[in-house]
Amino acid sequence: MSLYEHPQPAAEGGFWSDTGKSGIASWIFSTDHKRIGLLYFYSVLAFFLIGVLLGLLLRLELMAPGHTIMGAQTYNAIFTVHGVVMIFLFIIPGFPGAFGNLVMPIQIGARDVSFPRLNLFSWWLYIIGAAIILVSLFTGGGPPDTGWTFYVPFSARTGTNVSLAVFGVFIIGFSSILTGVNFVTTIHRLRAEGMTWGRLPLFVWSLYATAWVQILATPILGITLVLIMAERLLGTGLFDPALGGDPIMFQHLFWIYSHPAVYIMILPAMGVISDIIPVFSRKPIFGYKMIAFSSLAIAAAGSLVWGHHMFTSGMSDTAILVFSFLTFVVAIPSAIKVFNWVSTLYKGSISLEAPMLFALSFLLLFSIGGLSGLILGAAATDIHVHDTHFVVGHFHYVILGGSGFAFFAAMHYWLPKFYGRRYAEKPAIVAWALMFVGFNILYFTMQVLGMQGMPRRYYDYLPEFATLNLVSTIGSWIMVAGLVLLMVNLFRGLLWGPPFTGNPWGGATLEWSIPTPPPTENFEEEPLVTHGPYDFKGTGIP
Amino acid sequence: MSQSEHKDYAGDKLGMWLFLFTEVLLFGGMFLLYAVYLARYPQEFVVGGHQLDVVLGAVNTVVLLTSSLLAAMAVSAIQRNDRRLAILLLAGTVLCAVTFMVIKYLEWSAKIRHGIFPGSPQLAAGPPGESVFFSLYYLTTGIHGLHVLIGATLLTWVALKVKRNAVHSGDFVLLENSALYWHLVDLIWIFIFPLYYLML
Repeated sequence: MSLYEHPQPAAEGGFWSDTGKSGIASWIFSTDHKRIGLLYFYSVLAFFLIGVLLGLLLRLELMAPGHTIMGAQTYNAIFTVHGVVMIFLFIIPGFPGAFGNLVMPIQIGARDVSFPRLNLFSWWLYIIGAAIILVSLFTGGGPPDTGWTFYVPFSARTGTNVSLAVFGVFIIGFSSILTGVNFVTTIHRLRAEGMTWGRLPLFVWSLYATAWVQILATPILGITLVLIMAERLLGTGLFDPALGGDPIMFQHLFWIYSHPAVYIMILPAMGVISDIIPVFSRKPIFGYKMIAFSSLAIAAAGSLVWGHHMFTSGMSDTAILVFSFLTFVVAIPSAIKVFNWVSTLYKGSISLEAPMLFALSFLLLFSIGGLSGLILGAAATDIHVHDTHFVVGHFHYVILGGSGFAFFAAMHYWLPKFYGRRYAEKPAIVAWALMFVGFNILYFTMQVLGMQGMPRRYYDYLPEFATLNLVSTIGSWIMVAGLVLLMVNLFRGLLWGPPFTGNPWGGATLEWSIPTPPPTENFEEEPLVTHGPYDFKGTGIP
Repeated sequence: MSQSEHKDYAGDKLGMWLFLFTEVLLFGGMFLLYAVYLARYPQEFVVGGHQLDVVLGAVNTVVLLTSSLLAAMAVSAIQRNDRRLAILLLAGTVLCAVTFMVIKYLEWSAKIRHGIFPGSPQLAAGPPGESVFFSLYYLTTGIHGLHVLIGATLLTWVALKVKRNAVHSGDFVLLENSALYWHLVDLIWIFIFPLYYLML
């Protein structure tokens, strides 16, 4: 227990230097989960920034009606690449790959993951897949212009380099599967003595649920992508009505993966929030079991709702009714989480530091995104807003306002632990405020535009949408200004900031009981866990 | 890095089983398409199915079942530390895999000679359901064949490890997991064979 009160000083930079190896090879061939975590972190961050840049260009084009800075074909390519990069290269591998790798083994009291070499291999597959996607942008018929959903028949016919891009995504799917297999095995097999299922940090629970989705859903994406390639290269015609195929079958297969995939994006984010809120409320989490259970419930129910993407595709009315009902069922475990987080805050001693501000804005933004999701999940209202900017707004509220803000929260919460240095608080708060305000201006206007009938994926629009589009674009500048400040402040702090030692946040999970930065071996001896992850009193934290 | 002393037999098996789930689901996508299109084109599927060579399909089924038996026996052999026998049995498994692929090659090339392949003018001119049937047939058996090749490569590699004593009675999880993979390849064929050759 005294470990938490008197943590050891940083052991000469911990895992940064204690293996005695340095240079690039000691990183890109390392099997240490912390190094792999940082490799993932910087890879996904790089692609995130590329995605942001592309998103900014899209908003610039939409700033005014007509041709603003690019033509229709360029716009098609950019929104496709923005989607592919953000989804397959940033947010899906983001949480499990970066923070899952960095934190999860320590949180369960393990030395490493179950399959360290497989872990490294999965990062390499990610890099290879990403490289193939990048090559596809500049070779063949140019960057794909199908949207990230690769819908047939267009994706089977377009002259752009769809086949290669799809192959890159296929490789990345493989990487995601291997991470899932690794994490499920690790959480089953490598929990330290006393780390019962009821004492797992909720971030670990969320990664566990996520890993199952990665295992069970990603293979369907794999076969779907293979089928697109076969369609293009062999002319199999399985989705081509002229040859007896059915394009709707593509949509089914695609969404059987891609809807659960949004839970790969959001579940670990919910886990981050569940870890941060109790720490900064100085109060044990409210409803631990229900939050853990609801992660599994979301993973399970979320696998059965894919049809709500297809209400206007020509499914039977019965199918629409069933999928609509199931979609509303998913809202229940999501709401359970939100209510439990709010109850955790109730009468807590809340300290509004940067990680907490991001976590709190997650609550609001995710709730807006979740509720607008119900408008899309109800068949009647969906017909009105289907394929409009309302969908774009909804999705960004959930994935950027939810997962993205949770990612920033995790960056401020955990990265200092691994660097042993911290960022300046005030600029971090200013950055958060800019991003929060900019975000809402950017995406709330999109929801309004969608309600008014502005379709998505068009580079041009009717003049009556001009004002709100301008407002939205200005919001994107405010948000990016905040993002730049966040990045500069955070990385300046991590590299040159004041030391960060011990347990300044007052967390009760195991990562706060070991030296900062953690040594390669994590724990000097295998820890014996005697308290829950949010049992602050039991760990002697004031 | 000092991860080498960490051995977790149950964990290694668990990881393999999870991976096998993903393989089942991968083929599940194709079986799903089969189910949907069979319901839509029952007549054309029957016509297509009758054009497949039941004898060659049955021979291949026997070959794969035999190979699975040999792989299982190789695991028993290594447990009794009979490395020579294990290597022989693995060689037998790989031989079966090669036989399977040769027969598959004969089957495919006969079909292709008759102008039946995805995107062929003959299929495009015929009823749409038949084109769908043969596209599915080629994709499913093709991806299965790819798995046969991967499995055979894996087993060859493991046999070499047995030879170098890197896999032995004290640590044979690699062989066991590879055999599991091979059983999966076999299992998937056990579903493909009746669906395409027998029940139509």
